[in-house]
Amino acid sequence: MRYLKIEDMRYLSYGAAVLGTGGGGDPYLGMLLAEQVMREYGPVQLIGLNEIDDDALAASVAYVGAPVVMIEKLLGYADMIKAFQSLERYMGRKMNAVLSAEIGGVNSIVPVSVAAALNLPLIDADGMGRAYPEIQLVTWTLHGISATPMAMADEKGNSLIIETIDNTWTERFSRSIATDMGAEASAALYPATGSELKRSSIPNSVTRAIEIGKAMSDARDTHRNLLDTALELIDGVHLFSGKIVDVLRRVHGGYSRGECTIEGLRDHRGQKMVIHFQNENLIAFVDDHPVAVVPDLITVLDSDSAEAVTTEHLRYGYRVEVIGIPCHPQWRTPEGLALGGPEHFGYDVEYIPIEQRGLISK
Amino acid sequence: MRIGIDVGGTNTDAVLMEGSSVVASTKTPTTPDVTDGILAAIREVQAQSGTKPTAIDSIMLGTTALTNAIVEGKGLAPTAIIRLGAPAAVALPPLIDWPQRLRDVLGEHVFIARGGYEFDGREIAPLSEKEIRDYARQICDAGIKAVAISCIFSPVNHEMEEIAAAIVNEEISDAHITASHNIGRIGLLERENAAILNACLSDISLQTIHSFNQALAKLQIQAPLFLSQNDGTVMSSEFAAAYPVLTLSSGPTNSMRGAAFLSGAMDAVVVDIGGTTTDVGVLVKGFPREAPDTIRVGGVRTNFRMPDTYSFGLGGGSLVETEPLKVGPESVGYELDKLARVFGGDKLTATDIAVAVGLADIGDQEYISGLDIRLARSVRDYMETLVEDAIDRMKTSPDPVVAVMVGGGSILVGDKLSGTSEVIKPEHFSVANAIGAAIAQIGGEVDVTVKLDEIPREEALEQAKTDAIDKTKRAGALAETIQVIDVDEIPLTYLPGNALRLRVKAVGNLRSHG
Repeated sequence: MRYLKIEDMRYLSYGAAVLGTGGGGDPYLGMLLAEQVMREYGPVQLIGLNEIDDDALAASVAYVGAPVVMIEKLLGYADMIKAFQSLERYMGRKMNAVLSAEIGGVNSIVPVSVAAALNLPLIDADGMGRAYPEIQLVTWTLHGISATPMAMADEKGNSLIIETIDNTWTERFSRSIATDMGAEASAALYPATGSELKRSSIPNSVTRAIEIGKAMSDARDTHRNLLDTALELIDGVHLFSGKIVDVLRRVHGGYSRGECTIEGLRDHRGQKMVIHFQNENLIAFVDDHPVAVVPDLITVLDSDSAEAVTTEHLRYGYRVEVIGIPCHPQWRTPEGLALGGPEHFGYDVEYIPIEQRGLISK
Repeated sequence: MRIGIDVGGTNTDAVLMEGSSVVASTKTPTTPDVTDGILAAIREVQAQSGTKPTAIDSIMLGTTALTNAIVEGKGLAPTAIIRLGAPAAVALPPLIDWPQRLRDVLGEHVFIARGGYEFDGREIAPLSEKEIRDYARQICDAGIKAVAISCIFSPVNHEMEEIAAAIVNEEISDAHITASHNIGRIGLLERENAAILNACLSDISLQTIHSFNQALAKLQIQAPLFLSQNDGTVMSSEFAAAYPVLTLSSGPTNSMRGAAFLSGAMDAVVVDIGGTTTDVGVLVKGFPREAPDTIRVGGVRTNFRMPDTYSFGLGGGSLVETEPLKVGPESVGYELDKLARVFGGDKLTATDIAVAVGLADIGDQEYISGLDIRLARSVRDYMETLVEDAIDRMKTSPDPVVAVMVGGGSILVGDKLSGTSEVIKPEHFSVANAIGAAIAQIGGEVDVTVKLDEIPREEALEQAKTDAIDKTKRAGALAETIQVIDVDEIPLTYLPGNALRLRVKAVGNLRSHG
């Protein structure tokens, strides 16, 4: 057990952007919120999975909605707490802890504000080890854990509970409910016991994000090589250096889909990388050969600052370093790949772990 | 005839133009009270050309005075902020993430009232006249005149901001009110920040513009005064007094617009090499390409129109080290004519190298006769590489581009640069920024979110263009010269109804250009 302090929030937001694999929204607002709540309520207890009792109950909190709405209505924690407490009332039981469903982007940080305000411990784990665009894409689904009962709430005071037959239906309903609530809603979901979480969650993800953020921040201050620092920490593979020469975007099925073309520089001169994305980066091709495939993480870093560039910010002229990060082993099982692999996103590409792809391309 | 003036940190440049020709130009040192330097510059161009005050039709001025006020936190008015949006947007209050020194100057007069809109125009909560009036009275009792008003999704519907402004005005008749929809884009915090910056600049901008006008009166110039904006257009001094925040960062824009005018290049990379730094920007259809997303001004996050520039430490005064090879970012700055070798000083500067390799003829060559010419050439190559890298970074396509070199320091590089199809060093290159001010047009911009399920795309586009043209006309443009120069369509992820954000910008010649 240790305490998260205000200064950790900057690191968490930075590291979560790296693990966000291009999606999850800009963690800037999440960071402001967590800092604000911590100033008011004090530091937050961070506990490991092994520190929770088997029969303890915990749930995730997350924002469901559009990034463009988030930057107007901003984030709040009152409606997030309302959703959390509605879920408690419905289940007739107090929660013992709170956790993140995804460690990428804003949703890696908002649970910190709920933990601070309710004086609950935050569990050092999540259900993705990255960011994904849909509610059912968590390792918890692989272990038969239901996203429901799920509570959703808005800032006006509305809240509701849904129960569904599976997590894909939960995703479908939450999208239309969030739209009625103003295209931004707070959700408390995936209530689970300590023993369920222990066998199904991705451990240490909050600590990992903070370590990445801190190491890269220190590296910047001391002018150490940022890229090497990043790669070392995340067991990452340096996939490509180049300059973005084209970004094509279209809206499809309520998502922002697109392709980003990067012309190689230095060691990659003469080569071309194309990254396909759906909110998050999904597949990276070099000269038409896939070199990194979802569920492995593909992160685009600004060459100068080594800050992660989210897909909505990709634009012509950026000098970038593209890195691949191995996903959690749970995603590499046949069930994991069926849930969150290339086929789910409509790609007929064989998944080969990124470490082995790297060897092949050399 | 028009006079264009650019007040920079080191120099105040002025040009006198008739139609499209430069009649006179000057570079004078910027004075502590910038009005003195402006007066001196105007007198100088008048004297050079023998122009009478009555022959001057308009004065266009670009100044960094207000940017400096924010950076230094001086002369800012205590400011109240009313945000309309509760019960949403209450956890992150106005002024969050502002530097403490600015919060101290503004005071903590923050109010969050019920109101605001959803993305589709539905009300989050109705506006309460009583609540706003109550806040307005508290603001009045605190003796505060500068008020910023923001509202959730006011770029989609600005009615609530206007109603609130009217109520505040009833309670505080001499208030300076800034409504956020008039300044910023989607992004509540950044748009609100821009509105707050604007409100807190209200006193100093009125004073500054008043003293400019007095200076002009002293010279018996009755021509209207216009101020440069950061998007390459100008606004009337009355409008600038109400929207001073739009003058921030107009310097780089002016030099880019000047470069476009002098070279005739509409799509090009502009390299402005000064005494200490080089700013590289991109012209698209004759206007500077805008920076994406957020920009910090004096530590405050905003999202209003700013040119996208890349700056690095190379200028005419940059110090040169040979072991190992290094040029800048340290510079002798305005002391170039004392400290550089060619002027008898003992510092080896970038200008000395330019003279040694024959790119420039300044000072006395004798002083650098001992310099190894091969070494000088390798320093020149190095400086050119710095510029080439910056050009490559800012290019909009992999194809070679036209590069336009302006600023006093553009003597440092030759006319062959890799990645370029042509390097243009136009006449009057050293006062391009003042020329940019002199030729500026006036513009108007519209930023709306539409649902394509309810309105066809073409119709929505036409409506946005018409609105932008109307806005430009109201800003003072001659109707027949107005053209739409930029249309930006952004599909909004997740939003139902096939939502699209449209940004349209129009520009036209000022009416007084006749």
